[in-house]
Amino acid sequence: MSKKKDTFLNMVVSLFVITIVAGFSLGFVNDLTVGPKAKAKLEKKVNALKLVLPTFDNNPVDDILLVQSELAKDSIEMYPAFSENKFVGAAVIGSTEKGFSGLIKIMVGFNEGGNIKNIEVLEQKETPGLGTKMKDEKFLAQFREKNPSNFNIKVTKDGGEIDALTGATITSRAFGEAVQMAYDEFVDNKDSLKKSKK
Amino acid sequence: MAEKMNQTQNFLKGIVKENPVFVMLLGMCPTLGVTSSAFNGLGMGVATLFVLLMSNIVVSLVKSQIPSKVRIPAFIIIIASFVTIVEMVLEAFIPFLYEQLGIFIPLIVVNCLILGRAEAFASKNNLMSSILDALGMGLGFVIALTMLGAVREILGSGSLFELKFVSENANTFILFILPPGAFIALAYLTVLFNKISIKTS
Repeated sequence: MSKKKDTFLNMVVSLFVITIVAGFSLGFVNDLTVGPKAKAKLEKKVNALKLVLPTFDNNPVDDILLVQSELAKDSIEMYPAFSENKFVGAAVIGSTEKGFSGLIKIMVGFNEGGNIKNIEVLEQKETPGLGTKMKDEKFLAQFREKNPSNFNIKVTKDGGEIDALTGATITSRAFGEAVQMAYDEFVDNKDSLKKSKK
Repeated sequence: MAEKMNQTQNFLKGIVKENPVFVMLLGMCPTLGVTSSAFNGLGMGVATLFVLLMSNIVVSLVKSQIPSKVRIPAFIIIIASFVTIVEMVLEAFIPFLYEQLGIFIPLIVVNCLILGRAEAFASKNNLMSSILDALGMGLGFVIALTMLGAVREILGSGSLFELKFVSENANTFILFILPPGAFIALAYLTVLFNKISIKTS
């Protein structure tokens, strides 16, 4: 086969055909993956909920409470947990833009009294090996069973009680801020959370 | 016989003699950016290998239909489509790896290794040679990234493929997980690689 000549028509036609084929194949793959993508996201959320909440028997994803707040750009997601129709706690998504590389999104589980049950990191772009250590047991353990009303979740450098991660003070600071935000929202919306069971 | 020798050559040259990272110094952005651990390097390498293979196949098949004046935009569209497909598939089926590689997946589009092979090889050679060339170059890239990732992970985190072999509180060379460490490790590996390959040839 000889090479196509560089005529205007040839150029237009070949680019046109390539873009059409590319467009259709992308649409096709998108259709294939849109389901599994949503499923993977939901699965991640449900797994995180199981880790941070006290034992529950409702479906927190269905009972979700969305609140607008000046603390975050988007509405804040809250997942209430009920056991035998009694409110036992809630998971609140806390986020901050002040991470070392921007957004940090965490899910904080509280029991009814506002004690932190557990924390799960949902999204982060921190430095691998430094900031990413916020997912480690050693760092997270400092928050468990603490109540931010009487436990200062700032890093020790700022007068708080949390030992910052080595080489990642900014990350630790941002993490504490996200936890604080989740706690504030939890306290503010506790009454509506109690009523949110469908 | 000569034909067969040639094909083996097409495959092997990418791994040592024309290794994309250590010899041709192509695709430096992902090489330096994602190799903070051996696993990340491997993942990025495999994703690039896939895109390189698919783009070489398609470019080699349609090369005679593309007027040479518009070949670069045509190649870029082909490459970008495969990268988007990789991104969607990873997000849907391997979300863990998708999160790790993050911003670097879309950047495979501008990895000069891929456009370089499309332009320099696939647009001039037949399908079989192009496949072998892509596999060889891709494997060379995978090996290079995994090696670099392994060195940085061992020195920087004291682990290999997430398996820790130093105690929790041990001091490691954190520098090696940070960007400057990437340059230092790459430079030493390049020297080592070239010393060995010159000696053997």
